[in-house]
Amino acid sequence: MDLVESYKEELRLVRKPWTGAGIGAVVIALALLPLLKTDYLLYMGTVVFIYAIGVIGQNILIGYTGQISFGQAGFLAIGAYTFGHAYAHGFGIAVGILAAGMMAGVFGLIVGFPSLRLKGPYLAIATMGFGVAIYQILLNTDAISGGRMGFTVEKFPALFGLSQTTTFYYFTYLLAIFFTIISYNTISSYVGRAFIAIRDNDISAEAMGVNLARYKLLSFSLSSFYLGVQGALFAMLVGFLEPNSFTFMESINIFVAVIIGGLASIGGAIMGAVFIIVVPQLVGGMKELVPVIFGVTVLVILIFEPQGIAGRWLKIRLFFRNWPFR
Amino acid sequence: MLEIKNLSIDFGGIRALSGVDLTVRENEILSIIGPNGSGKTTMFNCLTGIYRPGSGEMRFRGESLLGLSPDRIARRGIARTFQNLRLFMNMSVLDNLMLGRHIHFRKNIAAAFLRLRREELRHREKVEEIIDFLDLQAYRKARVADCPYGVQKRIEMGRALALEPRLLLLDEPISGLTAEEKEEAAYRIMEIRGRYKVAIMLVEHDLKIASRLADAMIAFSYGQKIASGLPEDVQRNEEVIRAYVGDE
Repeated sequence: MDLVESYKEELRLVRKPWTGAGIGAVVIALALLPLLKTDYLLYMGTVVFIYAIGVIGQNILIGYTGQISFGQAGFLAIGAYTFGHAYAHGFGIAVGILAAGMMAGVFGLIVGFPSLRLKGPYLAIATMGFGVAIYQILLNTDAISGGRMGFTVEKFPALFGLSQTTTFYYFTYLLAIFFTIISYNTISSYVGRAFIAIRDNDISAEAMGVNLARYKLLSFSLSSFYLGVQGALFAMLVGFLEPNSFTFMESINIFVAVIIGGLASIGGAIMGAVFIIVVPQLVGGMKELVPVIFGVTVLVILIFEPQGIAGRWLKIRLFFRNWPFR
Repeated sequence: MLEIKNLSIDFGGIRALSGVDLTVRENEILSIIGPNGSGKTTMFNCLTGIYRPGSGEMRFRGESLLGLSPDRIARRGIARTFQNLRLFMNMSVLDNLMLGRHIHFRKNIAAAFLRLRREELRHREKVEEIIDFLDLQAYRKARVADCPYGVQKRIEMGRALALEPRLLLLDEPISGLTAEEKEEAAYRIMEIRGRYKVAIMLVEHDLKIASRLADAMIAFSYGQKIASGLPEDVQRNEEVIRAYVGDE
């Protein structure tokens, strides 16, 4: 059993030494991955880190605040193109990423406004409209998207004598860790509590003094910031932007990651990101199968394991903790 | 402390409240009785900003409550419980009570990001006092959905108390409890008034307990106030008896 001696102890990020050891092992293993000298693995790792950031953000919005959104692709595009243009105009990478996040955050604020009136499926439709609109705007505005030629973004530079792939791997690795910690902190603070309260019962949350408008908009804006950062990193990863990278399918991908990973779990969001990146690689040549696999998995998860991979993981841990008693 | 004048509200063609006047004094327990659908809960919903009254005036400590949103009203010092429990079912009991402290948090989003938790500790102490008072120690870390009904009722009362309100609205706080729990809850309501120095408005169907607790009583029927005064007098009032049992 866990014995707590002070209130302060309960507020720590990692409370039990064993959890700390487990997380530490994973973090160190990931830091050592470049030693294997397989660019393929590094590339996959980078993609997972990039996606993990956005999926965590969406989990804050969908899983914790309970606001269903399908506009992810739009925010990704805004982040990616903002970064691309900022970078092309000579701003540094840090400024570019921040600008991408902020721009997406501002749009998140705007898209959040319908959430003050709409709930559930109606909100999903409204946000979906936003995603599709951004895609259409990109298709038809050559000044932003570079038209038929597409838009080239310079890739992340190679630093400290490491290869470009390795440098970018470490960069995204650190950012992913940063966003994970920030998210855990936010969720366990008064902000996160207000988010969850809104999800569980908005009427009583308001009667308890939570300003619904403020926290819903904050949640939208924050989660969009994450997506903007994801978009910026994505731009540097592929080095080439075209509107077709930001179709509705992309929104679905991220949504699927949130559901499969587990609603209202940040660890789950990371696992969900791993799932949507790794599974398409496993099917290899048969890309048409990917949506089918995603669809079936979501169905299975919703029916048998509503808390996603994170829920299953929790149950496995509980089993071993209680073993051999049941 | 609270003054309501000529309060009316309509839903379509139904007049849920018409011309209600009432006052609540500091540290007073006011019981509101009346048959189902007589407008007791509607009145609470008007007071907490969930419904917007059609006409009339509500003044709380000298200031009008009309047109304020529920969260602003909570910040003025009015807390409530709900008839059909509206708890945050997936949060722990502790977090439910901590959310009750929301309005007292010094909000600083940077501190939230960086896990600076001095505020949290400060409020935790207040919450622990309430946990002790309501005997919730054993359930502190439990998910609310897993707690038995009687405990959930206590949690909801605790959440409202965590707000440190000046006026506490209790919507049927003892309905659905066992006889033993009822006595306990009634005792707690008295105790709350003494400890936290709040005025309490109480909607209750159990007339015996309602009149025992109350300093004053008001009876509603079809959205109108039909009697007010001392509990004994209200219960003997002919109109009240007619509203409950009908004519001979």
